Amino acid sequence: MSTGLRVVTPGFAVSLQDRGRTGLRHLGVPLSGALDPWLMSAANALVGNQSSDAVLEVGLDGPTLEAVGEPVQLALCGEITARSGHTGPQESPLPAWRTMLLQPGERIKISGARQGVAYLAVSGGVRVPPVLGSRSTTMRAGIGGLHGRHLVAGDWLPCLPTPSDAPHRFARQPWPPCADTVRVLAGPQQDHFSAQALQVLQDTAWRVGRDMDRMGLRLTGGRLEHSELGANIVSDAVLPGAIQVPASGEPLVLMPDCQTTGGYPKLATVIAADLPCLARVRPGDTLRFRCIEPAQAREALHQRAQAHQRWLSGIVTLAHAGDADESALYHHNLISGAVWHDD
Amino acid sequence: MLPPDRFPRLLALGDTAWTLELGHTLDEAVSARVLGLYERVREADWQAHWPGVVEWVPTLRSLTVHFDPLTTDADALGQALLQAASLSHVHSPKGRHWRLPLCVEDAWALDLVRVAQDAGLSLTEVRDQLLSSCLRVGMLGFLPGFAYMTGVPQPLQQPRLATPRTGVPAGSVAVAGGMCAIYPCASPGGWRLLGRMPLPLFDPQRSDQPALLAPGDTVRWRRVSQAECDELARCCASGAFNPTDWLDTGAAA
Repeated sequence: MSTGLRVVTPGFAVSLQDRGRTGLRHLGVPLSGALDPWLMSAANALVGNQSSDAVLEVGLDGPTLEAVGEPVQLALCGEITARSGHTGPQESPLPAWRTMLLQPGERIKISGARQGVAYLAVSGGVRVPPVLGSRSTTMRAGIGGLHGRHLVAGDWLPCLPTPSDAPHRFARQPWPPCADTVRVLAGPQQDHFSAQALQVLQDTAWRVGRDMDRMGLRLTGGRLEHSELGANIVSDAVLPGAIQVPASGEPLVLMPDCQTTGGYPKLATVIAADLPCLARVRPGDTLRFRCIEPAQAREALHQRAQAHQRWLSGIVTLAHAGDADESALYHHNLISGAVWHDD
Repeated sequence: MLPPDRFPRLLALGDTAWTLELGHTLDEAVSARVLGLYERVREADWQAHWPGVVEWVPTLRSLTVHFDPLTTDADALGQALLQAASLSHVHSPKGRHWRLPLCVEDAWALDLVRVAQDAGLSLTEVRDQLLSSCLRVGMLGFLPGFAYMTGVPQPLQQPRLATPRTGVPAGSVAVAGGMCAIYPCASPGGWRLLGRMPLPLFDPQRSDQPALLAPGDTVRWRRVSQAECDELARCCASGAFNPTDWLDTGAAA
């Protein structure tokens, strides 16, 4: 009997993601992939996976899943919790940032993420067949993931069985917080904007619009004036983080499912180190930008990568769950969680 | 207008990509230079020298390189790209030549009357102009396999619709902004619809070459009736589709 998770209830807009589908943007195929690749990597590390094995990306509401076949090891990372699927007094909380083992027939109910997105990693990664080199879901093109769409009830998520003596892991360090301000590099079409536009971008407290999704965020609260070159360009390449400004003057920040080329001028582009911060916002949130120099962007990315390595090296591995003093373990985990909440 | 001596121009697209602009208008000569440069940078010596390069995206007027900033000297890559642009010879890209089926009957030519009015032509003249056009693929974007094609006859070079349609059917052949395109799948869209091309433009199962068209390809049309168009669509849906059947073997390079 094969091992995996059966989707009992699908949650809201839950999708399968990995590192994304590179190498095909010249064909118009969007990149896609996890909104927060560091957080995906963290969840994968806890269950002993490769950093970009396919995970479930959960936003406003998570799914209920049932283990089938052999036991399955799971880990949640993000501002999220889960409960074991038994209802009534036996229902027990399953915190994030640590492994948990689901026995065949057991269910897990995953909450919505309290902030941005969260990731569920499973032992071996979700092993649906990759499409064009990736398991990432691209809704717009209907490719990847589970038939190119969000989870639905009854979906089957194949994964690897977890041996009964599999190590148990938990995170000792709090997850690095995002700065209040998202850093950008000017351009590429700065000449399509008035001399003040870049300052207005930085001085405005932008409000995230209701229609945000994995393709982009629409921001309101200010107006970025175009120069005499106007609000249209002959389409050129875009990428996640590009800040497009149509004639309305209200910016649109592109996200990983964005199209590969676009016809609006781009005033600025979010740096790679801060892209995951965009995954933490919700409609109605406020977003601020700060323009920096290329050398600072490089330094920021190196620092972010180092911080991730430090976080990974802080994972505690116990030979197997039976070795653990569970109350000490739980206490440890609470401490981590408390620090995270205070950030 | 920007003065022509502004090009080539290297623009940072964030800290993970450079866009090298060779122009800023729709211009066949600029597009040819982009594709010439695109061929150059995909040669083995370039690939070997820049292992941190993730991928290249040619457009009608620019070439973008996406790279991993943790393993790439971004400034050196940008300078190398500028240098390659200054040395790059304009040569016609080695594209494939297609002769694709096109149905221009009323059921699919939803904007034929509007295009004819704006062009000051009869319905038959619009159809004839489209059917006799020779188009060149400049770039793919918007949707997987969606090809932006230049070479649209002057009277058919018309703007996008003021109000985009919420649903354009898959296979729709459309003009806008001086270009022609075929919708690979159903999508919202603001282009003016003039016909239907029933062959699949993007198939993830063809993993070596999922998109039918590529930059540098040329497209001419073979008129088909509504019945032939429907039959072709049925055949393709049942898996009987061989792209090479639709190459224009008689076409000159």
